[in-house]
Amino acid sequence: MGDFIEKDANPDGLDRRGFLKCMAWAGTGTLCLIQGGILKSYALSRLDKHVASQMKGELAFVQISDSHIGFDKAANPDVTATLQAAIDKINALPMRPEFVLHTGDISHLSKPHEFDTLDQMLKGVRTNGIFYVPGEHDVLEDDGAQYRDRFAKGSQGDGWYSFDHSGAHFVGLVNVMNLKAGGLGTLGQQQLQWLRADLNPLKSSTPVVVFAHIPLWSVYPQWGWGTDDSEQALSYLKRFGSVTVLNGHIHQTMQKVEGNITFHTAMSTAFPQPAPGTAASPGPMKVPAERLRAILGVTEVQFTRGKHTLATISDSPLPSQPM
Amino acid sequence: MRKMKRKAAFGLALLGIAVLGLAVHAGSVATERLSEGTEPVATKVTIDNFSFSPQEITVVPGTTITWVNHDDVPHTVVSNDKRFKSKALDTDDSFSFTFKDAGTYEYYCSLHPRMTAKVTVK
Repeated sequence: MGDFIEKDANPDGLDRRGFLKCMAWAGTGTLCLIQGGILKSYALSRLDKHVASQMKGELAFVQISDSHIGFDKAANPDVTATLQAAIDKINALPMRPEFVLHTGDISHLSKPHEFDTLDQMLKGVRTNGIFYVPGEHDVLEDDGAQYRDRFAKGSQGDGWYSFDHSGAHFVGLVNVMNLKAGGLGTLGQQQLQWLRADLNPLKSSTPVVVFAHIPLWSVYPQWGWGTDDSEQALSYLKRFGSVTVLNGHIHQTMQKVEGNITFHTAMSTAFPQPAPGTAASPGPMKVPAERLRAILGVTEVQFTRGKHTLATISDSPLPSQPM
Repeated sequence: MRKMKRKAAFGLALLGIAVLGLAVHAGSVATERLSEGTEPVATKVTIDNFSFSPQEITVVPGTTITWVNHDDVPHTVVSNDKRFKSKALDTDDSFSFTFKDAGTYEYYCSLHPRMTAKVTVK
């Protein structure tokens, strides 16, 4: 393929109503934190000190995404090395996260050895549990049977489930199955009905975290970056005082706040993709080798209970490669 | 003797004209076929940059189309009505399908469903 894009830092964010720019590019790294309902942004160079001072919430967990084990093209010939760097980053956090959420595209081609590799590698994370949702790359040949068997035992339907932790309610959704021609991600009626029933008994003061692979808001439909029937899901979430939606799929961080719902997408641990509309297609984006790790990364989320229960989300890049 | 030779010569000439006439006729039929734009029996669709090229293609019944993925991410070739469905094609993988029946076959990539295309068979 001929169209590699070598990007300098500083891409423009989107000037769209409701969008907040939170992109962690090399050299212009931005960390966005929501505190007391107000967004604050910090240069990445100050990240480590700041994260340390923020790690006082009642619940801290990490989101990683899009590890694409099995990918080996020019954009990153060694995705296991960058995944290991992400694991090292997690293990270096001042506070052990309660668990890790993987928001999908675990593997690149749904091959057993790809799943094996990730499974083995994540055993090295210092945490108390790992939860997954599948990406479209994880359900390629068998309608997700292999994925569910390995990573979603006890789940329902195509692999959706929920659990509670520290008073917060977590919901893993699957929006990468049965994708229709010309469409976006899909949740489907069976899952939506399950979601409504699942949320029904909860008090509106319960913090809710929803995680799914494809963004649950329309980031960029032309590239398939959205979910056809997410409006229905969001309507069930509107009554809650604090909702955090964590997605992957687009291999860059983006954030949007809509009422009490904060949407956040994560960086990939494997390779970056171009900002919406800045390239012919949303394929793997080649960047100078020394910059690669600065635009791959992990996301830490912590909850602080106060008058309003807030999720603080911080994205941090991978440490640069030792010389 | 001379009469017979003349008759023979005449007969030969007639035969020659007839043969020529047939040849001309055959030649014009062949020309007509070419000018109708007959597709070869095998043809190729390239997958690159999250798109199928050509996005719309017309072939005759019996044509085998081979899709080749030159993109650096996997794609699939799935007809909307599931009449054909490839495995995930990594870079340089290919998938072939022979279109026996006339009709319109809309298809897409099930990983990136915004990638749509069409085969018309007639």
